[in-house]
Amino acid sequence: MSHRTQASFWKKNQRAMAPWLFLAPGMIMFLIYVIYPICQSVWISFYEWDGLGPKTWIGGQNYVDLLDDDSFYTSLKNNIIWLVLYLLAIPAGLAVALLLNQTVTGIRLYKSLFFFPFVISQVVVGLIFTWFYAPDFGLLPNIIKGLTGSEVAVLADERYATLGIIAAGLWPQTAYCMILYLTGLNNISSEQVEAARMDNASGWSMLWNIIIPQLRPATFIALVVTVIGALRSFDLVSIMTAGGPYGSTRVLSYFMYEQSLSEYGTAMGYGAAIAVVLFAIMLVFISLFIVRMLSQERNS
Amino acid sequence: MFPKPIGQVRPWLRTAYKCALPIALIVWLLPLIGIAVTSIRPAADLAVGNYFGMPSGFAGVENYTAVFKNSSIGYYMLNSFKVTIPTVIGAVGLSCMTGFALAVYKFKSNLLVFFMFVAGNFVPFQILAIPVRDLTLQLGMYNTTMGLVMFHVAFQTGFCTLFMRNFIKGLPFALIESARVDGVSEFRIFWHIVMPLMRPAIAALSVLIFTFIWNDYFWATIMAQSADVRPVTAGMNELKGQWKVAWELITAASIIAALPPVAMFFLMQKHFIAGLTLGATKG
Repeated sequence: MSHRTQASFWKKNQRAMAPWLFLAPGMIMFLIYVIYPICQSVWISFYEWDGLGPKTWIGGQNYVDLLDDDSFYTSLKNNIIWLVLYLLAIPAGLAVALLLNQTVTGIRLYKSLFFFPFVISQVVVGLIFTWFYAPDFGLLPNIIKGLTGSEVAVLADERYATLGIIAAGLWPQTAYCMILYLTGLNNISSEQVEAARMDNASGWSMLWNIIIPQLRPATFIALVVTVIGALRSFDLVSIMTAGGPYGSTRVLSYFMYEQSLSEYGTAMGYGAAIAVVLFAIMLVFISLFIVRMLSQERNS
Repeated sequence: MFPKPIGQVRPWLRTAYKCALPIALIVWLLPLIGIAVTSIRPAADLAVGNYFGMPSGFAGVENYTAVFKNSSIGYYMLNSFKVTIPTVIGAVGLSCMTGFALAVYKFKSNLLVFFMFVAGNFVPFQILAIPVRDLTLQLGMYNTTMGLVMFHVAFQTGFCTLFMRNFIKGLPFALIESARVDGVSEFRIFWHIVMPLMRPAIAALSVLIFTFIWNDYFWATIMAQSADVRPVTAGMNELKGQWKVAWELITAASIIAALPPVAMFFLMQKHFIAGLTLGATKG
């Protein structure tokens, strides 16, 4: 009897229960490892803590200290430079995509090889560019020397180091945007393009008025991944300069690592405060993306 | 098609295009070509300053064997596989279920849960680092492969759920409806009707996650202390410090470390690109 009621209970409610059963394992993992740690980090940022001993509540002191810390401003400034310059990957990716959107023999291989830098890990990209920039024997300093006669040590020079790292990052990022645009171009309505050709539209006006509007979904994703990529920049800074020379290439993510995670970093509260600031900056963009995705959901 | 197909333009332009393509490619890959050539140079070349000229001989075999002999790169590669493969299985497996739940069922907090996964997927790693490292320590999994795998599975479930959910949304819903009318249970619908159709999505996600995790550097650095756990990305940074100016070794090691995701990409190109460009055409 009781067995039968159980069975019928399940029969009646399975449609309501099933989604939660399917969600449970993934959601529990995600809550434990992603959502809850975000709250914990915010909490830790109000304490002074060396990671081992007891925590001491100090309120907003970590944030006050940040405002007094030159390294913080350097990191913040570099994050902004990263963000702005990284956006170049979008037009650059579109340009490469337009160059390769043809049907000549071997074009598929060309597309794959242009995409290549994205597949390689940033650690290797960082090493490649360290070699490329190396004073004395690096390819770039030699080219510059040949053209202007002056010696440049890109990564050892405070003026150029951050730019040099960003250029390294733009290499795979441009490849990523290119592949997004190639897919977008593939799906452009050929009727509209032909109709516009009839009206004598061509070149820039065609690109601007017909093509780019149709590429909007690709542009949106390119924007999302580029902004996130710029703010997440850590690997290249760590590999190429470790924040140097004189801390001039620090970004918030690397600054946080130095404070709390590296061999000598034991300022957990301070590091958490840096992470919270970075998170807050990202949250602005995340919210924008979510709002836009939400409106798409509602429309479909 | 835009730009105008090259077959329809004036002949001189067509020729110019065909000449420009390989040149553009060489310029684009110049840094990579540089390190590939360096990795086969005899060490003597570098000592006398022959960085760009023809290599004075082929030392590829020596350099690559030296890398394996003088470093633990073989172990690092193995460690990377030990982290990457379970993560791919775990994250793709979990997200088949979460994606199915969010795509097929209408319930009140559906969008809320979905956007929790999406938003979580975008957060900076640094805000997770201290608590996650702490949790891993408490679970006794610090400095173990398992510790890394657990975190990666959890985090990648965010992106994978987004992917799977959108993919399943594109499947014909009528199939599920008619099965329900026939009284097929929800679990059988998932396993026998939807799962077989998800094969392309599973393939695409697997190659993507493989590449992401193989290339992970941040977590590899902060969660693996000893050489017998350290994945190859973190290992490379150490070797760079060790070898300093022995660029013929550093470059050879770089190429070895980059090989698995590159092979994955060329073997599964179609799936890889389908995965990356999901959403680039509609919406």
